[in-house]
Amino acid sequence: MSTTDTRPADALRAGDRQADERASATKPLGGIAGWVDDRVGAAKGVSFLAKKVFPDHWSFMLGEIAMYSMIVCLLTGAFLTFWFVPSASQVVYDGSYIPLQGMTMSDAYRSTLDISFDIRGGLLIRQIHHWAALIFVVSVFVHMARVFFTGAFRKPREINWVFGTILSLLACIEGFAGYSLPDDLLSGTGIRAMNGFMQSAPVIGSYLSYFVFGGAFPGEAIIPRLYSAHVLLIPAILVGLFTAHILLVFVHKHTQYPGPGRTNNNVVGYPLLPVYIAKAGGFFFIVFGVITLISAVVTINPIWAYGPYDPSPITAGSQPDWYMGFADGALRLLPGFLEFETFGFTWSMNIFPGSLVLLPVMWTIIGAYPFVEAWVTGDKREHHLLDRPRNAPTRTAIGVAGITMYVVLFLAAGNDLMAIKLHLSINDITQTLRVLFFIGPPIAFWITKRICLSLQRADRQKVLHGRETGTIWRHADGKFEEIHAPLTPQERWVLVQHESPEPLQLTAGTDANGVDSPIARKERLRAKFSNFYFRDRVAPATPSELEAAHHEHDDHAAAPSGEHEAIEAGGAGRERETIKARKHD
Amino acid sequence: MNALAARRRHPAAIAVLLLIGLLVTGGAYSFLAPKDANAAAPTAAADAVSEGKDLFVANCASCHGINAQGTKSGPSLVGVGAASVDFQVGTGRMPLAGPNVQAPVNKVKFDDEQIAALAAYVASLGPGPSVPESKWTTVLEPGTPENNKAIAEGGEIFRVNCAMCHNFAGAGGALTRGKYAPALDQTTPKHIYEAMVSGPQSMPVFNDTNLTPEAKQKVISYLKAQESQTNVGGLTLGNLGPVSEGLFAWVFALGILIGCAVWLGKKAA
Repeated sequence: MSTTDTRPADALRAGDRQADERASATKPLGGIAGWVDDRVGAAKGVSFLAKKVFPDHWSFMLGEIAMYSMIVCLLTGAFLTFWFVPSASQVVYDGSYIPLQGMTMSDAYRSTLDISFDIRGGLLIRQIHHWAALIFVVSVFVHMARVFFTGAFRKPREINWVFGTILSLLACIEGFAGYSLPDDLLSGTGIRAMNGFMQSAPVIGSYLSYFVFGGAFPGEAIIPRLYSAHVLLIPAILVGLFTAHILLVFVHKHTQYPGPGRTNNNVVGYPLLPVYIAKAGGFFFIVFGVITLISAVVTINPIWAYGPYDPSPITAGSQPDWYMGFADGALRLLPGFLEFETFGFTWSMNIFPGSLVLLPVMWTIIGAYPFVEAWVTGDKREHHLLDRPRNAPTRTAIGVAGITMYVVLFLAAGNDLMAIKLHLSINDITQTLRVLFFIGPPIAFWITKRICLSLQRADRQKVLHGRETGTIWRHADGKFEEIHAPLTPQERWVLVQHESPEPLQLTAGTDANGVDSPIARKERLRAKFSNFYFRDRVAPATPSELEAAHHEHDDHAAAPSGEHEAIEAGGAGRERETIKARKHD
Repeated sequence: MNALAARRRHPAAIAVLLLIGLLVTGGAYSFLAPKDANAAAPTAAADAVSEGKDLFVANCASCHGINAQGTKSGPSLVGVGAASVDFQVGTGRMPLAGPNVQAPVNKVKFDDEQIAALAAYVASLGPGPSVPESKWTTVLEPGTPENNKAIAEGGEIFRVNCAMCHNFAGAGGALTRGKYAPALDQTTPKHIYEAMVSGPQSMPVFNDTNLTPEAKQKVISYLKAQESQTNVGGLTLGNLGPVSEGLFAWVFALGILIGCAVWLGKKAA
């Protein structure tokens, strides 16, 4: 510290007010925005958000459907909590639904009946809640499929894919918890099944069941416990994770489909304010409106018809809501002879794999996929441009094979209804689906891959030889030829922009001294996988190939040149080009 | 013949040929198709049992045997009672149109008098449950407190004993190997009662010690009360439970919402 300051006394405070001077030099925000910004400093964040650009495509709105139906669930759910009583204590029903008057039932069921019959608007809100829940999970799965097939999970979005995976699992669990609450015959049967699943866990099964139910099934504890999970625990995690999911979309920027002017470093679209705020806001009301319309005209879960839960009865056609259907189907397909006894324990392998193993395994595979693919391709670059599904044939085929497996399980859950509605034997259906579970996915894989490769070849043909116009041209020598109109550069770009990776080549497994490389085995495995992924490839047309194809065409065209049809055809082609170009503006 | 040959390429030739073909096949079928043997010229005051026997021999004996003792293709009818005959023939299940895993509901082939005669004949072979008295098949209408209570009890009996096969709303359900529990909404109270006492096909028998006639009447009243309910929630989707709801969500809800998304995505900003 210097004790001798050279500044004169009157200049000691000079520069102290620099910050104030700077602030007064910049123009302050006016009005309410300025008032808010002065107090919370939100202007920077808001302007960042408002300028955020989003690309336009209907498939990007699938996630929005999920988001909005979840919000609808939250809103209607809050309404339902005002009247629902999560209690298994027994009461006598005296509400207005005649076929149940005087029956003894749980308070949970009684209050759900009251919501349905005696509270104004209650039934509509209940049906909106349930339909919105079904639509929520539907749209989550469809959104997931879109992200998968377009490769939107690639770096830097792997974590967001994992978040989404967890969200989809939570959505299913949340739905199941809600389905179990009203304590009607169907939901009680669902809880009974859940009890069985827990008991199927080897060794600890019965302890697990007693722990969850707070004693023997059904007891009085399960409904309040499920209620806490349904309205508090799972929604909190859902909303938290969902916020992180959306924030990451902002951080990563939205992906876009390939097209002219769209690169890995930009986003072509419109800003959030005013365009997307209006579009997304409007879409919220569309989704809410559609759900309300459906709820107003179509019954869902007529709990009054099921009657109160009692462990002895059961109804034909007891199924869970659709999103748990695949697990129910797995149980229906598992043969009974898998159960055996050793060491005084029963090993319920006829139940266990379909109940407690299936869900974690399935969701782990889904969540791990981006990392597996990244390892196989060795691709460490960021990807903001989406793949067209045909340009990643192996991935698309894997996805379709997985969906096929899922659908087989899903159909199995409705085997009884298929049997009566299609006049088939339930045994035959079950046997067929058992076989299909194993042979369906490979067949689907093969067919999908072949279709993708064919589409790629068709794209290549289109680039090299133009679009088929359907105009048949007869040459002077009697030869027929179809006129191919050349693509516009914009159209062509979409078809040639993609990469077509080749299988990784093995590097020498040994070094110069013949010593095995420590990573040789891993590399061999990786090369094998890479070969599986990229062995069959259709490379996109290169500029030189395009050039060569053009020359060939010119040679063709040389024969009838000078005839006015040629000029007309060319002219027609050009006209179409200009129309196309105008469309692109 | 020449005139015909000359017109064989006439534009209407194919249509005319088709028409002739259809007429010939249809006409031949109506001549040759097996007819229900109708030995039932209700001759004066013929005894119901003997008239029933005639009907039986003409229509049923080929499977059930000439003395209803049963054959390889049909069970013995000794001791099944009048209720069984009234149910099977009265719902058109019998005479069976063809071999099947289970007799389906069909067009009723006989009038009430003939069915009664057949029932009287079968009842004469051995004791069995008779056609129920009409007081037990009268539906208790909702409205009075005691009737409401009876209907609610009927619902409970139905859920405990019947819903596992016939579904919570009586919409029917699947059994093994193509057999099924039929939907109950088109069934008359008398036939429901008779099904309970006779246990047709795969159905167990609910005799009077098992379910009293009053209990049976309550079940019937519950089913009919449930049918006459307004569908407060809207379309029921067949009352088939979550499967049809899931299908609806995937096909219609998702379809409409994707349609909206496509429309919105196309809207220029």
